[in-house]
Amino acid sequence: MRQKTLKRIGSILLPYLPYILLTLLCAVGTVFLTLEIPILTGRAIDCIGGFHQVDFDGLVAVLRTMTAVILLTALFQWLMNRINNYITYSVTMELRRAAFAKLQRLPVSHVDTHSHGDYVSRIVTDADSFSDGLLLGFSQLFTGVLTILGTIGFMVRLQPRISLVVILLTPISFLVAKFISSRTYRMFKQQAMDRGDLTEFASERIEQQKLVHTFSYTDATKAEFQRRNEALRKSALNATFYSSLTNPSTRFVNALIYGVVCFFGAGTVLAGNLTVGELSSFLGYASQYSKPFNEITGVITEMQNAIACASRLFELIDAEPEEDHGDYELPQDMRGQISFRDVAFSYNKEQPLLRDLNLSVQPGQKVAIVGPTGAGKTTMINLLMRFYDVDQGGIYIDGVDIRQMSRASLRQKFGMVLQETWLQEGTILENLRLAKPDATVEEVVEACKASHAHSFIKRLPNGYDTRLGMDGGSLSQGQKQLLCIARVMLNLPPMLILDEATSSIDTRTEMKIQEAFGRMMEGRTTFVVAHRLSTIINSDIILYMEHGQVLEQGSHKALLEKNGKYAALYYSQFKI
Amino acid sequence: MKFVYQYLKAYKIESILAPLFKMLEAIFELFVPLVVAAIIDVGITTNDTDYILRRCGLLLLLAAIGLAVAITAQFFAAKAAICSASKMREDLFFHIQDMSHGAMDELGSATLVTRITNDINQVQNGINMFLRLFLRSPFIVFGAMIMAFTVDAKVALIFLAVIPLLGLIVYRVMKSTLPMFRKIQQTLDTVLRIVSENLEGIRVIRAFGNEEVQEDAFVKKTGELYSRQIGAGKIQAFLNPATYIIVNLAVVFILWFSGLRVEKGVLSTGEVVALVNYMSQILVELIKLANLIVLLTRAYSSVTRIQEVMEHPADERGHEGVASKALGEEVLGLSEVDFSYPNTVEHVLHDISFQLKSGETLGVIGGTGSGKSSLVHAICHDYDVARGMVRLVGEDVRGISDEQIAKVVGVVPQHAELFAGSIAENLRVGNPTATDDELWEALDTACAREVVEGKDGKLQAGVVKGGRNFSGGQRQRLTIARALVKRPWILILDDSASALDLATEAKLRQNIKSLSWKPATIIISQRASSVREADQILVLENGEVAGLGTHEELMRSCEVYQEIYYSQFPREEVGA
Repeated sequence: MRQKTLKRIGSILLPYLPYILLTLLCAVGTVFLTLEIPILTGRAIDCIGGFHQVDFDGLVAVLRTMTAVILLTALFQWLMNRINNYITYSVTMELRRAAFAKLQRLPVSHVDTHSHGDYVSRIVTDADSFSDGLLLGFSQLFTGVLTILGTIGFMVRLQPRISLVVILLTPISFLVAKFISSRTYRMFKQQAMDRGDLTEFASERIEQQKLVHTFSYTDATKAEFQRRNEALRKSALNATFYSSLTNPSTRFVNALIYGVVCFFGAGTVLAGNLTVGELSSFLGYASQYSKPFNEITGVITEMQNAIACASRLFELIDAEPEEDHGDYELPQDMRGQISFRDVAFSYNKEQPLLRDLNLSVQPGQKVAIVGPTGAGKTTMINLLMRFYDVDQGGIYIDGVDIRQMSRASLRQKFGMVLQETWLQEGTILENLRLAKPDATVEEVVEACKASHAHSFIKRLPNGYDTRLGMDGGSLSQGQKQLLCIARVMLNLPPMLILDEATSSIDTRTEMKIQEAFGRMMEGRTTFVVAHRLSTIINSDIILYMEHGQVLEQGSHKALLEKNGKYAALYYSQFKI
Repeated sequence: MKFVYQYLKAYKIESILAPLFKMLEAIFELFVPLVVAAIIDVGITTNDTDYILRRCGLLLLLAAIGLAVAITAQFFAAKAAICSASKMREDLFFHIQDMSHGAMDELGSATLVTRITNDINQVQNGINMFLRLFLRSPFIVFGAMIMAFTVDAKVALIFLAVIPLLGLIVYRVMKSTLPMFRKIQQTLDTVLRIVSENLEGIRVIRAFGNEEVQEDAFVKKTGELYSRQIGAGKIQAFLNPATYIIVNLAVVFILWFSGLRVEKGVLSTGEVVALVNYMSQILVELIKLANLIVLLTRAYSSVTRIQEVMEHPADERGHEGVASKALGEEVLGLSEVDFSYPNTVEHVLHDISFQLKSGETLGVIGGTGSGKSSLVHAICHDYDVARGMVRLVGEDVRGISDEQIAKVVGVVPQHAELFAGSIAENLRVGNPTATDDELWEALDTACAREVVEGKDGKLQAGVVKGGRNFSGGQRQRLTIARALVKRPWILILDDSASALDLATEAKLRQNIKSLSWKPATIIISQRASSVREADQILVLENGEVAGLGTHEELMRSCEVYQEIYYSQFPREEVGA
């Protein structure tokens, strides 16, 4: 798994190899040049021997080199920053686009069975953490290790014995940091738990604030909040304080090392094995030596996290897309004869839903599907649109199995209005043009008049150019349904699917829309799912479904005469 | 800032001591270069091992004191930050809970939840870091400069030139990148929005074959994000190399001028080392300071957002009742009520009058947007009426406290929502002292007994957030029971039986009719069958009374009612 992810990461980064090599080169340059500075400073100090002993020629030479080194270091740093930015942002963008493109090609069942928040966090957060964590993490790790090795090298070159002191003592600061973080882990966990507790409660009671008011439940709500807030305060104080000990403690260990180096260093100077300038170089190293250690510990967890993020992201990018196995195209003058032959289908194997479903619809007929919730009404539509494929049997349009067509060409032949209205952020016009990108304004207005949406759109502050927020923003559910109906009317395909298309529209307006629907359905094979039976009594075929079975099938009149389930449902609307 | 100050005031001692101890720590750090200078100038020059040992001991002592002081500072900072943030969180939550409907509408619950979680955390973090670093960093920077002056005033002039220059660069980079980062965040939010929109609308997008349009939009947005990131990165990539050059070139200058000064005998080698060390200390602190500023700007915008909510008036309503008299046995009376939502001009209800006695039932019927739910808001004084008066038991609702209204009026809202907890807790929301028997009685009336008996643990059975572990119909029955438990004088069912089948609904109406305490009942519905039996039916059309009377009266005189009725009970069937 991990191996696979790493391989995959490698393949993503491969095109950036030249840039990666360049940035690594810059890192090497930056590290070694940076380490050169304390040495040069030390040499400069040695040139400044004392009263009347300043070696100006030497000093000028050293300072000249130093200036060059400084400028070169800065140049490397700058280059490294720019290249890292380029790689990070490009990789993030590429991954996001790949993931989004895959999203458009995933089977609907995939999206239905996963939480949407999960996709969002993969595409938005994981992509960021991956490139941030991995690339920056890697470059930090690389520079860190290089700095440590480089420092050791430089120190050993100056004076091996004192170097040994530094090398032996530094891990202490490392251990101290580790000690503290392992002790505070529990506190952080407690804090996370308390915070989750509080957030859950607060979001519930804020979202339902009006309900809390209606029942005057405010005092109890406040008291409970206070209790959870107090718990969070305690655990947060613990976690924050104890974890904040890390910095002073490691700084203390550092200061200890500094003191010890100072002592041994001064001793070595007295013994004549070290110059004062070199001592100052040593002190420079000693004060910086533990920094990369601290950074590396952080980086490793970050990189592990980045790999985890990457694997989640790849899981999405590499998910199996919907594939078409045929490219039959229904002709423009298709008839619209639809038949279900021995269809069986279930969402999961344990719970069979549709079994032995047979149905034959003649061109231009109107089919209504009724029955209680969970009967399988919407499933029929999922199958017709090939959001899902049948397990057994087949669905045929004009005698051709729909699995022999590409999904895109099949769906093109259906106009669909669903109960869940879906609108995008954008203007009303943009939303309506989803059905027909090149529709003129006149065409759009025409469609809206037909669907009775024109009158309310006209009254909006900017008419058809009114911007809608996410999911239709401030429009009422009924208004959103009217827009969705207008959207389909804008581009009428040969077959229609109306799944509770008017459920949120009041019955009077619905009656008016029915007229428009009537015109729309003329000559078009139509499937209608509706709760309000008054809207479907004129259907050619009514299917009464329960538990995935079609129990009754026939015209309104025939079914009433049969006096079965449908008749019972129908008359129940009039019983009081 | 005054806003934060008022919370820190409660932790005055901690808030003062934390930075003070941090300053002490800084002072001890500033002594270190002087000690090292002494070791070089005195210890090494005079070959005094004893002196060196004592000075190195002093370094260790300074480190130990620094540690103690730093830990104290961390404690005070953590305490002040967490306790004041905790109090802020509580105040914010209480303020939100005290908000009227109008205030909640204006602010929106989604943003309020982020304020109480995310924003408060940012502020807490900000205060903590502010107390820890904000005095320390400038103190080290300026302290290092002052120390440099004590060492050699002439060379120290370099410090005087460098510090403002560094400040200027950090300031310019921050100033130009901060708005860029804000823009980046906004673009990222849009990217996130597009992803979740596409997930919601997967069926519609596929039905319209709109995948490529969506992909193009996504590519465009991620491209925009990329160029914004690169743009901000360009400026940021500048910061590190620039500060690096300035500080290190300053070191070069220090070395050069020191050389001149040492040659003249005004300065010793040890002192040169000290000056160089002071410059390095500035660089380290400067990086910390830059990070701190980013953190603080983030915290600052969080503070503004929190403050916005805190300063938003919780209640815009009037609470002065106009003296009035109950007419006859009236429990609820509306006279000539106009109603509009805050900050809107259009009246959603116009000239509504009716009277209701105890035990009576009022049916309210009308299309989407006819003002049915607004009527509930007017009765419960969720908002002020624009004209006229609502009387509860003969008293103007504006003169009655919200608690009292909640006691008298039992509302079953359109959206059946439950709180996380147990069934019993939910039922007792309006009446904490209700006995189990009383709960069961209410459940029986609401036809909800089997809902509770079907769950493990019965009344103690768990309810997840929003009540998602119950079906829509089950939730509706439980919310009806919840309203009944408090035995209200007026019971309002706001389209709250829509998920019940007609037989259950009829049973429910019967049960309510025979309640012993004879509440006045208002049934709001789109179904004619639900209101048909009521003593009076109020027909609303665009916020105006289209009719008020019994079913028979309205069938004779009210055209709107007839239309609604016939849209649900087609003429030819009515006789059947």
